[in-house]
Amino acid sequence: MQIPYTETARADTGLFNGKLGIWLFLASEVMLFGALFSTYVLLRVGAPVWPHGYTILNVPLATVNTIVLITSSVTMVMSWASLMMKEFKKFRMYMGFTILLGLGFLTVKSLEYKAKFVHYGVTLHDGTEITGHLEEKADDHIVLLPDSQDGQQPTAMRIERSQIQRLSNFGPWYSTFLAIYFTLTGLHGLHVIGGIIVNSYLWTVGAKMWKTQPKRFTNRVEIAGLYWHFVDLVWIFLFPVLYLL
Amino acid sequence: MDAHTEDIKKHVRVYVTVFVALMFLTLVTVTVSYLHLSVGVAITVALTIAAIKASLVASYFMHLISEKKLIYATLILTAVFFVALMSLPLSHFLDPIQYHH
Repeated sequence: MQIPYTETARADTGLFNGKLGIWLFLASEVMLFGALFSTYVLLRVGAPVWPHGYTILNVPLATVNTIVLITSSVTMVMSWASLMMKEFKKFRMYMGFTILLGLGFLTVKSLEYKAKFVHYGVTLHDGTEITGHLEEKADDHIVLLPDSQDGQQPTAMRIERSQIQRLSNFGPWYSTFLAIYFTLTGLHGLHVIGGIIVNSYLWTVGAKMWKTQPKRFTNRVEIAGLYWHFVDLVWIFLFPVLYLL
Repeated sequence: MDAHTEDIKKHVRVYVTVFVALMFLTLVTVTVSYLHLSVGVAITVALTIAAIKASLVASYFMHLISEKKLIYATLILTAVFFVALMSLPLSHFLDPIQYHH
């Protein structure tokens, strides 16, 4: 029993089934990310203050990640084009690059996240907020190396716990901005992981299908590509919204 | 088979062109952000550039520009619902209760 319309198009849709299927799935993903973007809009519009992303997040690092993801989209479509031209070795090369670039994106993302978790904000009882890195943490006091102001070398500050109203690192619990930042980029990151898993399958075990059903395999790569481009598309909006505005 | 390969080679030229355009637009959007324009203007510029980049990815990498009608229909329906979703927070401004910050 063969699964129908994996290679040839259906007469009524003009498409092979997988292609319609993936576009319908992507339509649902638009609503998923759209809901979170809509959340971001509501949170920001309703907030009395909202930080500019570039005061909290690393723009140069995220620009690198944007370039990495866009390049991976090119290598992904090239891997499909290679199969269309019956060049399997080129497919292997381009798909390999796509997977590598995807892993690169995740690496940079994890470095960004890690930097947030070691960065602290201290709010004193009078309301002043000092941000920096913790050098020492004791029962009755902490020692904070504050973030440098105007390029000056900062000196470590000893702060008594009795003076502290709130001590927290820049996790999603720190502020509404960071909450929506981690939610949006976290969900996006999970989608990148999913894409890497699928691409890795097509690069290794799945590639056996090239020998038995090349057209069907080419279509699988095309569908995986559509998903991967969508993941890139989401980042194209995420990057300016979170980092640049 | 040869005409088919030539066809794909034409596509490859398009992919490279689109890639260069995307790189350029990325640099533009980052550079503009350093100008620290007013919030309204900054949002408009950033989202416009993002929409252009997204259109390029969708049209050429995802081959939407030569796709079947059914896919367009699906996406137009999605767009309608997406606009509705994004417009929902605006109903906040229809609320007669005054919010004091």
